[in-house]
Amino acid sequence: MISPIGWIIIWIGVVFDILGAIGLVRFPDVYNRLQASTKCVTLGTFGIMVGIFLLKGFTPMGIKALICGVFLLFTSPVAAHALMKGSLHFGTKMWKGTVVDEYGKDKLGGEQIDKKEG
Amino acid sequence: MSILIIILAIGAFLCLYRIYQGPSIADRAVGVDIMGILFVGITALSALFYDLSYLMDLSITLTLFSFIGTLALAKYLEKRSLDD
Repeated sequence: MISPIGWIIIWIGVVFDILGAIGLVRFPDVYNRLQASTKCVTLGTFGIMVGIFLLKGFTPMGIKALICGVFLLFTSPVAAHALMKGSLHFGTKMWKGTVVDEYGKDKLGGEQIDKKEG
Repeated sequence: MSILIIILAIGAFLCLYRIYQGPSIADRAVGVDIMGILFVGITALSALFYDLSYLMDLSITLTLFSFIGTLALAKYLEKRSLDD
C-alpha cells in the first residue's frame, strides 16, 4: 500500500524539478529566476527524498534520504537568500515591469529597476 | 524507471543553457546552485534504482558542498571577503 504513494511522490518531485529548470530559463530577470527555480527545485528534491523514505522504510537508505531532505530544507533557502542579497549589492537591475523596490530605496540609494526598454 | 533520471538530466541541461547565456554573474551563480540541487536528486534516484546505499552518503555530501559553494559565490557578489 505504501509503495504506490512513494512512487507518486517521487514523480511529483521530478515534475517540480523540471518546472523549476524551465522557470530558470524562461523568467525575465535574476530575481524572478531565483524565486521560481529555488522554490520548485527545493520542494521537488525534498519530494524525491520523502518518496525514497516511503519506499525503503527504516533501512539505512531510507534514513539517509530523510537526513538529506532535512539538510536540503535547511540549506537551500539560506543559499537562495544569500544569493539574492549578493546580487542586489552587486548591482543587478530588476526587470522593467517591477512595481516597487523598498530594499533598494532604503539601503542602496534608489530603486534598482531597469528603466530602459529591452 | 530511468525516465526519471533522464528528465532530471534535461533540467540540468537547461541550467547549463542559463550558465552559458546568463547576462550577469548572478544568473550564472543561480544556475550553478540549481544544477547542484538537481545533481543531488539524480544521485538519490541512482541510489534507489541500483540499490546502493552509499550513493545516498554522496547525496548528503553534495547537498552540503553545494550550499558552501553557493555561499562563497554570494559573498563574492557582495564584494566581501570570506572571513568577513
